[in-house]
Amino acid sequence: MKIVVCIKQVPDTTNIKIDPETGTLKRESAGTVMNPFDMYAVEEGLRIKEKMGGTVTVITMGPAMAKEMLKSTIGMGVDEAVLLSDRLLAGSDTWATSYALAKACEKAGYDIILFGKQAVDGDTAQVGPSTAQYLNIPSLTWVKKVREISDRDITVERMMEDGVDVVKSSLPVALTVVKEINEPRLESLKGKMRAKKYDPPIWTLADINGDPNMVGVKNSPTRVAKSWNAVREAGKAEMIDGPDAAAKADVLFSRLKGLGIIK
Amino acid sequence: MNYFLSEEEEMIVETSRELALKKIKPVREHYDAEGIFPWDIVKEMSDAGLMGLYIPQEYGGMAPEGKRGIMSMVLCVEELSKICGGISLAMAASALGTFPMLIGGTDAQKKKYLPDIASGKKLAAFGLTEANAGSDAGSMRTTAVKKGDKYILNGTKQWITNGSMAETYTVFAMTDKSKGTRGCSCFIVEKGTPGFSFGKKENKMGIRASATTELIFQDCEVPAENLMGGKEGLGFIHAVGTLNMSRPGVASQALGIAAGALDEAVAYTRQREQFGTKISSFQAVQHMLANMAVEVEAARGLVYNVARMVDAGAADFAKESAMAKYYASEVAMRTTTNAVQIFGGYGYMKEYPVEKMMRDAKITQIYEGTSQIQLNEIAAKLIKESAKKK
Repeated sequence: MKIVVCIKQVPDTTNIKIDPETGTLKRESAGTVMNPFDMYAVEEGLRIKEKMGGTVTVITMGPAMAKEMLKSTIGMGVDEAVLLSDRLLAGSDTWATSYALAKACEKAGYDIILFGKQAVDGDTAQVGPSTAQYLNIPSLTWVKKVREISDRDITVERMMEDGVDVVKSSLPVALTVVKEINEPRLESLKGKMRAKKYDPPIWTLADINGDPNMVGVKNSPTRVAKSWNAVREAGKAEMIDGPDAAAKADVLFSRLKGLGIIK
Repeated sequence: MNYFLSEEEEMIVETSRELALKKIKPVREHYDAEGIFPWDIVKEMSDAGLMGLYIPQEYGGMAPEGKRGIMSMVLCVEELSKICGGISLAMAASALGTFPMLIGGTDAQKKKYLPDIASGKKLAAFGLTEANAGSDAGSMRTTAVKKGDKYILNGTKQWITNGSMAETYTVFAMTDKSKGTRGCSCFIVEKGTPGFSFGKKENKMGIRASATTELIFQDCEVPAENLMGGKEGLGFIHAVGTLNMSRPGVASQALGIAAGALDEAVAYTRQREQFGTKISSFQAVQHMLANMAVEVEAARGLVYNVARMVDAGAADFAKESAMAKYYASEVAMRTTTNAVQIFGGYGYMKEYPVEKMMRDAKITQIYEGTSQIQLNEIAAKLIKESAKKK
């Protein structure tokens, strides 16, 4: 079974600061980590491999500095960890990124593609399902448990707000996973030793047969109109006083009416 | 201090430290209070590849090429023991139970048993001590009588670490009482062998996450092929060799406990305020910390050097390994006691980790040879060496 896990490098949110002027994340000073949800996707990929046999390939799209993160997945026990990196890909939004990842998955070959449920920087949760759309395969999002898996199909539990959906799908399939699905393993000693010597292969847009007109900042439809910090105005509380509750209620009523909050 | 660890050794430290902080630290207090054997952590250690650090690669372990892997083991045990000296023992005691096989086992015995121990699938335990045979191991009463292609074992072993949890036991018994220590032999006994049962689990002062039980043999039939090395009378040699080799391990457990207590003490002094200032600004406290740090570092130097000496293939390291075990365990007791002192009333409470560290430290002065036995060993060697010079 060919298992592909798509992961993303994100700012270390435990250590991030926000530029008060622009309202954007100060990415440079934060350091980077693997998107926390993606750790669960890597772990689930390894568990499926342990059960079904096959290989686990991790793919990330980003600059060369993402190599260290890829090495940590080698430490956890994945077979290959690929860096999809090309100047033409820079500035891609979720639309363009999903296209590129889909092409990379095609090159790698896949029966199951795993994603974290969303990345903690953009929080869009779009890349998993969009990649599945480009590949024309079903996607199962918010997976909290893989109940059964065979060479032909998979049954999973999806964590919904109002309960659990149990869904069966044919393979190939894309899954996005929530953190309830497992507990990611630590890097093993053997894994670390392999990671030390491992140099992640780099795939360019040409390597994955990608169309330059589909990727990069020019071909990304998302536009950030404005971003700002939500500010809560503090210190404007008004204490309503009166001899008893009924009198206070009267004052409150007329104040709220005066403000147009009630009619 | 820089000990010039190799890249691989650094990775062992890193892997062990991460496991200790992420997996052991959250459960140590609970496991200590309830006396729970840490099966989930053993699984983590196995998955991380730490269970076979001292086992040759040809038998599925990770000992560096041409070395015994004692330094690897020492580094791992130290890191785990900084966080919990009881949980770390599941691995260290398995090593103790495995050494007789590494020292005296036949190739067939090694091939049969070592791979499962190296992978962590099975734990090992060492069965030497009896109620009336502690430091004086020669007075053991457990017997093994040959009958056809079997040995019949009778007797009771006491205070066996990993007892009832391990699958593979290296058990010492007298095959010929008339020959004294030369009539002692070692056997590999598998859990589940008819006639082999376990006594009660001991309720201990410290290392409470570690399982300690009696091993009871009542007409227990062990296949003759499980006689260690295939020859009778070698048991005492295997036992002494094992203890020499395992002492750096106990020493590293003691070192880890001491280093962990020092870390806690330093951190606490920088946070606790009295008389309007941090207690780290008091010279009385500073001198305590400095003394602790010097002793911990001296113990580390001794332990690492003995481990490297063993790994390099030294033939006789009994004196040095006794020195390391003696010194590190004394330092562990002093350092943890002082850590409790620095914490004051809080240190005496179970909510703070140093109370447990002090209880855990005590055993390192007692088992695998008491401090007094180590001194005997060191002195005997000193006198012998001096006599040889003339």
